[in-house]
Amino acid sequence: MYRAEVFVTLKPVVNDPAGLTIRGGLQALGFDSVKDVRAGKYLAITLDEPDEDRARARVEEMAQQLLANAVIEDFRIEVQPA
Amino acid sequence: MRTGIVVFPGTWSDRDCFHAVGEILGEPVRYVDHRERALDDLELVVLPGGFSYGDYLRCGAIARFAPVMEAVADFANRGGLVLGICNGFQILQEARLLPGALLRNASCEFRCEWVHLRVEQSDSAFTLDCRPGQVLRIPISHGEGNFFADAATLESLERDGRVVFRYCAPDGRVTAAANPNGSFGNIAGISNARGNVIGMMPHPERACEALLGSEDGLAVFRSAIHALTRVAV
Repeated sequence: MYRAEVFVTLKPVVNDPAGLTIRGGLQALGFDSVKDVRAGKYLAITLDEPDEDRARARVEEMAQQLLANAVIEDFRIEVQPA
Repeated sequence: MRTGIVVFPGTWSDRDCFHAVGEILGEPVRYVDHRERALDDLELVVLPGGFSYGDYLRCGAIARFAPVMEAVADFANRGGLVLGICNGFQILQEARLLPGALLRNASCEFRCEWVHLRVEQSDSAFTLDCRPGQVLRIPISHGEGNFFADAATLESLERDGRVVFRYCAPDGRVTAAANPNGSFGNIAGISNARGNVIGMMPHPERACEALLGSEDGLAVFRSAIHALTRVAV
């Protein structure tokens, strides 16, 4: 069994109103050093595959087909034995 | 105009669309379940607004894989008329039947209000009855209608006359103040290259009776009727 963590983020060219709003909230709380916030999605997927390469390849397919929208989003995958 | 109104789990504007087409315009209409696979009896397929599958992951991302969507793609590729309204527009983009994506509104607020739309393209199947530059008063109701596309896609949409509606002031001027959600170029609706598939964020089905504040939405449905009589499908 493997556990994959998928981080889905908006592409740098895509405006992120939620991130901007969170940045404003942090700054209002006095976190003056905050320059930028980008919001994204986190998915943890447990899957039954024979080896890590196979697990990674399957999760890549999932990200391309469903988990991320290539028009606006990028994704990053980390895989570990579960 | 034999019309099918697609109903996904979480669709909410299906009855309004049914009422507009069936009762106000008196056209034959039926609901299409998301598990159906044949749309051969239809001339117009409407993907109504709502929150299909709870809008989980992304708006329209799950609905795109419903069995009916394969039939919708075949129907569109054969030249059938497809109208995606609000969540239906988001679903058509996720299905890659229309380009771009709809991001969270720039204000981060759900906007439910009357807007004005300038008809940019009166050759599309859903605007034949309109004059170029005509202003329609139609409501919006969405949290994620902020139209985005990469620069090359935007350029081709503009160049090929595929921007169908833009948010505008009551007098037709396209201004930043008239943009309710931050959409690039005030874009409220676009078509595919062939002009038979349209996605729009505003809700024409909610502007079909004077009692409700506007009849301007009728132009969208009447145009489709005329498009069908002009070119037999």
